[in-house]
Parts: sequence; C-alpha cells; structure tokens
Amino acid sequence: MTLVFLEHHDGELQKGGLGVLAKAASLGGEVAAVVVGHGVRAAAAAAGNYGASTVYVVDDPALEAPLPQPRVDALEAVVRASGAENVLFAASVLSADVAAGLAARLDAGLNWDVTDLALDGGTLVAKRPALGDTVLVDVGWTSTPRIALVRSGAFEAVETGGTATVQEVAAELRDYSTAARMVEQAHEQSSGPSIEDADVIVAGGRGLGAPEGFRLAEELAEALGGAVAATRAVVDAGWYPYSTQVGQTGKSVSPRLYIALGISGAIQHKVGMQSSGTIVAINKDPNAPIFDFADFGIVGKVEDVAPRLAELVRRRKA
Amino acid sequence: MKIAVCVKQVPDATAAKRLDPVTRRLDRSGESALNATDVNAVEEALRIKEAAGGEVVVVSLGPEKALDSLRKALAMGADRAVLVSDPDAAGSDLVATSYVLAKALERESADLVLFGQQSSDSDGAVLWAAVAERLRRPMVSQVAELTVDGGSVTGKRQTEFGYDVISAPLPAVVAVSDAINEPRYPSLKGIMSAKSKPTETLSLADIAVEADRAGAAGSRTTVIALAPPPPKGDQIKLEDDGSAAERLVEFLAERKLL
Ligand SMILES: Cc1cc2nc3c(=O)[nH]c(=O)nc-3n(C[C@H](O)[C@H](O)[C@H](O)COP(=O)(O)OP(=O)(O)OC[C@H]3O[C@@H](n4cnc5c(N)ncnc54)[C@H](O)[C@@H]3O)c2cc1C
Repeated sequence: MTLVFLEHHDGELQKGGLGVLAKAASLGGEVAAVVVGHGVRAAAAAAGNYGASTVYVVDDPALEAPLPQPRVDALEAVVRASGAENVLFAASVLSADVAAGLAARLDAGLNWDVTDLALDGGTLVAKRPALGDTVLVDVGWTSTPRIALVRSGAFEAVETGGTATVQEVAAELRDYSTAARMVEQAHEQSSGPSIEDADVIVAGGRGLGAPEGFRLAEELAEALGGAVAATRAVVDAGWYPYSTQVGQTGKSVSPRLYIALGISGAIQHKVGMQSSGTIVAINKDPNAPIFDFADFGIVGKVEDVAPRLAELVRRRKA
Repeated sequence: MKIAVCVKQVPDATAAKRLDPVTRRLDRSGESALNATDVNAVEEALRIKEAAGGEVVVVSLGPEKALDSLRKALAMGADRAVLVSDPDAAGSDLVATSYVLAKALERESADLVLFGQQSSDSDGAVLWAAVAERLRRPMVSQVAELTVDGGSVTGKRQTEFGYDVISAPLPAVVAVSDAINEPRYPSLKGIMSAKSKPTETLSLADIAVEADRAGAAGSRTTVIALAPPPPKGDQIKLEDDGSAAERLVEFLAERKLL
C-alpha cells in the first residue's frame, strides 16, 4: 500500500501532495492519503477526488500548528496502522522535515528530489536528477517503508470524481516532538501586479550586491515592459518583497522571457522558472549552475551588462 | 553555551562533479572545500559565542582529508574539530549518516546543534530533521533570523505562505538559511592559529556505532543506474568583452522577444 502525505492550508489540500497522489494512483495498487492537523476532517475527505481510496486522519489540537516533529509521531502511527510500504511526500518546507524525521524514526530509506516514480516488478523505484541535474539517477530502497520526497511541480493533480473512506488514527505525541512552539505566523498577501502573469521577468539575486542593486533589475524590467522577481536569498535578507519570490517556496512562473541577474541557479529556484520560454543569465561565475539551463548566458558583472542592456533595449524601442 | 556545527567537505564549486560509474558514488578525488552553506552555520555559531561565551566545535563525517576543510572553520574561529572517518562509513545514506552523526553529537552534548542550508553535492536539505529525531531534540529549520536567549532559541523562517516564528527550548537543533549572515573571511592570525587547534579523528568503534548501522550496510537506499539527463537545446554562453549586451539584444530580437 502507498501512503501519500497531504498538506492543507486554510482548509484546503495543497496541490503538490495531490499531484503525488495522482501519480501514485496511476501506478495502480492501493493508494491512501494521510492528513494531519486540527479540524481537518472535512478537508481530508476531498482526497478521494484525487485518487485516494482511504484517507487516514490524525486530528488533535496539539497538531494545529504546521510543525514537523509531532507529524512524525502521527505518521509513525498511521504507517503502523496501515502497513504502508511506500510513504510519499511533495517537497515543501514542512514535508521535507517530516519525511526525514520519519526516516530516522523508522530506520527507513529516504530518496529526495524525486522527479519520477515507477514500479519495477511490483517494487517502487524512482528517478532523481543529481549533481545539479547533470546526471539522472535511478534510485531504490532496500527495506520498507520506502520514503520519497518528490521535487515540487513534478506531477499534476488529477480529479477522479472518487470518494475516500475516512479513517481516524490516534497518535501519541512525544515530549521532544511537541517542545518547539509556533510563536507567530505571518501570512503574506501579495500586493501589486502578480509576477505570475508577466510576459517578461527580470529576476535579481544576491549578485545584485545590495538592496539598491535592484535598481538595475527595475530599470531593465521597465525597458522591457516586464516585472521584477527575486530569489529566496534576497527576500530572506529583506532586499525585495516576499510576493516576488520565484522558486519552490515562492511562485512558479513561465514568462516568454526570464532574465536572471546575479542568480546562482539553485534547484529550488530552478523549479519555479524552468518552464520559461527563453532563459537568459548574467553571472560573473562561469561555473554558476544557472548556465546549465540558460538559453543565453553572459559571464560578466551585472553592473556592467544590465545597464547597457537596458539602454540598448530603450534605444531599439524608441 | 556549547555549540556543535555539523559541516561537510564537498567537491570544490569550480571542480566538475561526477559520479563514479563503478561505485555509483560521488568521485571525491578532486579539489575539495567546506560546503558553502555550512560556512553560514559556522558564522552564526561564532556570533552566538561572541555574544554569550562558550565553545564552538565542528563535527563532520567524511574521509580523512576532510580535516583540510574543517580547518577553514577553525581559521574562522571555531575552537575544535571532530571528524568521524572510517572506511566502513563510506557511502552512508541519510539514515546511516544521521545515526553516525547523532552518535558523535551525543558525545559532545552541546546545547545547540547547527546545520547549514543544504549540501552542494547531494542537494539534500533534510539531514537535520533526521539528526534531531535521533537526538530526541526539538528542531527549527530554514532559519533566516536566529535569537538565542535564556534557555531557548527563536527562529524566523520562510514558508510557502509567509513567515513563521518558531521557538524551542535548549538543547535544540537549528538549520540556518544562506541568508542568515555574511560569513567572515578567516584572518591571517586565524589561519595560523587553526594549525594548532585540537582536532580529533574518530572511528565508528570510538563512538560505538555498530558496523551494520553505517556505510552501505546501514543504508536503506540504493543507486540502481546512472544516465545522462536528456540533451538540452542549443545554448549560447559568452564572456562579456563589452559587446555581450549587443549580442543578447540581437538574440532577443531574432526570437521576437523585444
Ligand atoms: C527548502 C528550501 C526552499 C527554498 N526555496 C527557494 C525559493 O523558493 N526560491 C529561491 O530562489 N531559492 C530557494 N531556496 C534557496 C536556494 O537554495 C538558494 O539558496 C537561493 O536560490 C540562492 O539565491 P541567489 O542565487 O540569489 O544567491 P547565491 O546562490 O548566493 O548566488 C548569487 C550569484 O550571483 C553571482 N554574482 C555575485 N556578484 C555578481 C556580480 N557583480 N555580477 C554578476 N553575478 C554576480 C554569483 O556568482 C552567484 O552565482 C530554497 C532552499 C531550501 C533549502
């Protein structure tokens, strides 16, 4: 049996996990989902519409905050109750920690950054790109349960019109699992025009040097009639707003043109922009991973290239 | 306050990385360096020590030559280094690595265990959660702002929905993001003094790790096959000699992107 961990937010199941559920269902065999939280029974039932025949629910006030460690306790209980052989997660800040904690708890193997799943003689195998996506590796597990963390955006959710039987499982929460505490959650609402609709995006990373460096990105975006985006590194550092972040934890965009200024091209950034039509990268490090997936790369300093580019574009458009 | 920082030696960013087609493990024969995001964790540990006093020890699992990379942490200001190095630990996956590291960390019983954001060779960003589970300690990950006071740590970190502020009592495990600080460069004095700082190399037996809990025997995942990824389309890459912007504008015009 394959168990898929589903995250929920504001009463809604998140599409990453639903995509993994659809993939698991497409492989055949028995597929169940697990939803953990407080007051989540109604949201959990919706998993039936995405391919789960059973949905296990662990509902407890102590599971209200989206913290990983008590979810390891909950999943251990569900794995034991259901006899799951495969436990699948869609990559997220929360799920990565739950998956790794569960692997240690059960002494089970975890393969991460998985981009495809298949059965080989009835046994789950996975594909994952490694070394900055320069080699594709077939990976497996030597014991059960097999735990996989799937790269974000790998699978699309599919509505099946099915329904799931809801089964409650009680979990005993450990002292150390409940020691961390959510002090505050600031949910940010995006303001201004959304980068998701932009035709052209100029994105800035730490290579812009300072918050003021974003002037270069803004100037170029204005010349091209595009929007400005950012990496997590600069958003976390407070250089640019959270609503403009592209990547695993931010937005997924697919403009016709994506220009990356001073961005290294980490996997978690790549997953949010790799489906852009044309990717241009300007980076002073010739070995930056972004050059592996840019259509047009310039090895150079942003402060030299970006202003000249903006000027040429303006002249051309005039 | 005693702080242990888990660090790793990885192939240098400028070296071409490859998997050995026979062992299917990473070829570690080339130039190596301290994993870049671990440097942020070392820096954070030093700042906490500078504010609150105490000791910073770096802890690593790797080949003997990894000591060279650990010296960078000592040159930055860490007090000592502990390296678990044993042929039987080679090829450890997450389950095995977390077990071995937890055993080494138990011996230190630090108040705070720090990790960097991810390792550049495995692209993993998960180890801390497995280690925290093995140590039975609370954990906060992806921390971009950390405060330590009294008997607790508080971290601000980004999620898919905004920001969380999470607090945990010490002893705890914290993984920091690469945005948390700007690491210092080792000073000349630091580099000189690093040579005489204590380093310890431990075998699996030294930390009471059973032979079947490490290396391939202790791992639960396998690499079945390697293949190059599908070929990419045509790519253009130029060095900027002053005319790169012109070339790019022509390219964009050809693709009707202007
Ligand atoms: C769970 C998790 C989720 C994450 N989610 C996201 C996400 O949603 N989005 C995201 O972006 N990241 C995300 N990350 C972080 C990601 O791994 C990288 O740390 C981040 O993308 C790096 O941002 P950067 O490219 O701006 O910075 P860096 O990696 O520091 O790269 C800066 C680049 O600028 C270049 N440079 C420096 N100076 C110049 C100059 N003068 N001219 C030209 N180039 C220059 C450098 O050569 C370097 O390549 C996540 C990480 C984790 C672990």
